[in-house]
Amino acid sequence: MNVVTPFEGIGASVRRKEDFRFLQGKGNYTDDLNRPGQTHAWILRSPHAHAKIRGVDIAAAKAMPGVHGIFTGADTEAAGLGGLPCGWQIHSKDGTPMAEPPHPVLAFERVRHVGDPVAIVVAETRSQARDAAEAIIVDYEPLPAAPSLEQAQAAGATPIHEGVAGNICYDWHIGDKAVVDAAFAAAHRTVALDLVNNRLVPNAMEPRAAVGEFDRFTGDYTLYTTSQNPHVIRLLMAANVLKLPESKVRVVAPDVGGGFGSKIYHYAEEALVTWASAQVGRPVKWTADRTEAFMSDAHGRDHISRAEFAFDKDGRILALRVATQANMGAYLSTFAPCVPTYLYATLLAGVYTTPVIYAEVKAVFTNTVPVDAYRGAGRPEATYLLERLMDVAARELGIDRVELRRRNFIPADAFPYQTPVALQYDSGDYQSTLNECLRVADWAGFEARRAEAAARGKLRGIGISTYLEACGIAPSAVVGSLGARAGLYEVGTIRVHPTGSITVLTGSHSHGQGHETTFAQLVSDKLGVPVAQVDIVHGDTAKVPFGMGTYGSRSLAVGGSAMMKAMDKIIAKGKRIAAHLMEASVEDIEFDRGTFRVAGTDRTKALVDISVAAYVPHNYPIEELEPGLEETAFYDPKNFTYPGGCHIAEVEIDRETGKVDLVNFTAVDDVGRVINPMIVEGQVQGGVAQGVGQALLESCIYDADGQLVSGSMMDYTMPRADDLPPVGVATHTTLCTHNPLGVKGCGEVGAIGSPPAVINAVVDALRDFDVRHIEMPATAAKIWQIINGSHGKAAA
Amino acid sequence: MPHVTLTVNGKSHTAEVEGRTLLVELLRETLRLTGTHIGCDTSQCGACVVHVNGDSVKSCTTLALAADGASVTTIEGLAAADGTLHPMQEAFREYHALQCGFCTPGMVMSAIDLVQKNPQGLSEQEIREGLEGNLCRCTGYHNIVKAIAAAQDVMHGKRSEIARAAE
Ligand code: FES
Ligand code: FES
Repeated sequence: MNVVTPFEGIGASVRRKEDFRFLQGKGNYTDDLNRPGQTHAWILRSPHAHAKIRGVDIAAAKAMPGVHGIFTGADTEAAGLGGLPCGWQIHSKDGTPMAEPPHPVLAFERVRHVGDPVAIVVAETRSQARDAAEAIIVDYEPLPAAPSLEQAQAAGATPIHEGVAGNICYDWHIGDKAVVDAAFAAAHRTVALDLVNNRLVPNAMEPRAAVGEFDRFTGDYTLYTTSQNPHVIRLLMAANVLKLPESKVRVVAPDVGGGFGSKIYHYAEEALVTWASAQVGRPVKWTADRTEAFMSDAHGRDHISRAEFAFDKDGRILALRVATQANMGAYLSTFAPCVPTYLYATLLAGVYTTPVIYAEVKAVFTNTVPVDAYRGAGRPEATYLLERLMDVAARELGIDRVELRRRNFIPADAFPYQTPVALQYDSGDYQSTLNECLRVADWAGFEARRAEAAARGKLRGIGISTYLEACGIAPSAVVGSLGARAGLYEVGTIRVHPTGSITVLTGSHSHGQGHETTFAQLVSDKLGVPVAQVDIVHGDTAKVPFGMGTYGSRSLAVGGSAMMKAMDKIIAKGKRIAAHLMEASVEDIEFDRGTFRVAGTDRTKALVDISVAAYVPHNYPIEELEPGLEETAFYDPKNFTYPGGCHIAEVEIDRETGKVDLVNFTAVDDVGRVINPMIVEGQVQGGVAQGVGQALLESCIYDADGQLVSGSMMDYTMPRADDLPPVGVATHTTLCTHNPLGVKGCGEVGAIGSPPAVINAVVDALRDFDVRHIEMPATAAKIWQIINGSHGKAAA
Repeated sequence: MPHVTLTVNGKSHTAEVEGRTLLVELLRETLRLTGTHIGCDTSQCGACVVHVNGDSVKSCTTLALAADGASVTTIEGLAAADGTLHPMQEAFREYHALQCGFCTPGMVMSAIDLVQKNPQGLSEQEIREGLEGNLCRCTGYHNIVKAIAAAQDVMHGKRSEIARAAE
């Protein structure tokens, strides 16, 4: 009988394996864990943006019911705990290293942002810990606060860190200023734009949580945490903060409810619960309230830039000049310094043939929560700048905005393409993604829709963005030369069990991406094993040899490639075993989806025959081959990957209220080879929603005193279902040329390409109102003011 | 301390609670039903939605004592004893309506209530408006809306099984 099994390999929309548990409430998130004897922690946080701590009185709190221990910055200093390390060092223009002030796990002598942790209270219950924290008396001496870039750089601003002049972390640049200035001097036309990339709060739906557990018999520590990269947390926490051998520390990141970058970094609470568990002799659990998350999770974006294009008389870009100020927050989060530099300025060529580029970036400390990578990280900022500037230029040059983009595209036959800002793109086809997106979005039919909307009293606009990003991070030697204090390879182990089922250990971490399914598809495709028989293990340093984790759309491109490499080793060994079993020479053995065959014959062995022989080596080339069938590979990428594409947004604005409705959104992205189309589409949908959130709704606001005004989900507007239209997603593939799968990455494209498309549409809708630029988010209040304050012809 | 007696997923429980104990704390900490999640502290996200006497309720904004005598259904109580998923669960899987899964229990419980209260059937736009109490940061809602639309056809007896998603 023929059994037809559905194709589950590369290219199939396999339904997700992980969904069964998530849909039945059987997920295993950090806060769901309860360790025997567990206590609960509450973190007391600063209510001030900037203050001296004159004293902390814990006497009354310590006597409260259920309290096991209270620790302050003085205690962690006395215990010799290190500060939170920064994983990337940038050098300023003059060659000096960036300012890297200490980042203590509990504030010591000074607090520098609202939410800065001041003490940890450990008690029998969470309520008791919280009650006791309220009884701690901290004697603060408020200092002038500088939450904004402007305030922090003002003459006479109070230094946030001793010895950091002018609150400048670094003043960096890329490119040849003289060459670029000369190109501007000789240009036919120049176009400049000042723009802000609004500060965002990532707001993964699962708040951060951590459980620390010290085993007094072995001296081992275990940390369960909401992390995108448990091995990195183990390394940073053990080596830098707790000063323990890594062998004594296990970090487990179980199911994680979304990350978007915010769960990459090593946070103080992780080290605190781990350390405190040894102090109180019991496991310690901490789970953030959403309010705490707002004031302690790393924020994203927060740039102010001036951007200028120089054009020749035919509308070809001659040069780009950019000056950016980036808000670092009060301390350097783990990867913060690389975001506005190597993840941003190196992207400023975009999809265009701009021959010369100069960018300077000033990173500034402020009295706000640290800022680090958030979905896209640097690339959304670069894309927004380029695509807004492109639209402004098109209007001012009197060239159609699509035509101006086309005229400057890197042609499809120009790859590999070396940009003037370090990166070398391997593949892409921007005309095709543009053409496809214009077709699907019915760009040509827009004027009819505009007229129809006008008849209903609505202002309708359409906007486009053609973009590129660099992900699949990253070649270790390259990032090392740019200041990374880590390698960015990935690790994969393929364990073929005696009976032929397979366990994959991967250093990538899934927090919504569906790795348990996609990675199983890779194995199924290559080794011919059903997806159901492939288990993906991730997120536990005690199980997985090593790993750098998931961020920068790297899981498939780097983690998947490591698995492919490990499978190649399995196949190579399997061939030798098969050759022995079939008495043939190794060179004559072929392998295809689970079957080893002596070339040109019908003599075959299944993978399971090989695995049985490998673990029960009775008839086995034992002299030359070890038993067992398990292989590990480290894969270090040769280059970044370069997804790109085109996004088109269509909006309608209500003239009475100024409310912007996004009515259509189309994304055509080149993410390289697609393993699971259903999952890719879902990733793009989600990314677009976050990009639309940035463009229309979200903004993290501090007042002039450094109080976090948008500090809850009531004040910070997250996109809801009725804020979004159905989003059309399609892919157009060119393959990545340098990884074994040809994949580029799809996790961030939605958030990178969409914000400028939306704002371009809003500005287009308001074309009768003489508006050149609108800052994000384009709220009803802003639009209403434009409509009502305008002297444009429509208002007349 | 006061006692509360309630039925959860068909099983009767009596527990000691503080006056300030929330229903979600009772479910997660005392009964160890950790499928119901907490995503915020301002009653905005809907990660905590359960059914109390057949109505969807934010269990983070309900005192445990207020559920005395009530019948509560959580995400753990939806699938049949033999493991057969509820049509809404099945539709969420078929339409890839979840990524990290954190909003999912509340989203599914809200969606079931929304469909049950609207036997006339809902348009996609109405479904979007009906989800006003639930946040999802991962999916962009597109597939959640599709899943609910597919599930309502089965729940209202218009189809015998969930329509396959377009490939
Ligand atoms: S936890 Fe957010 S609404 Fe209940
Ligand atoms: S699936 Fe992650 S928040 Fe909805």
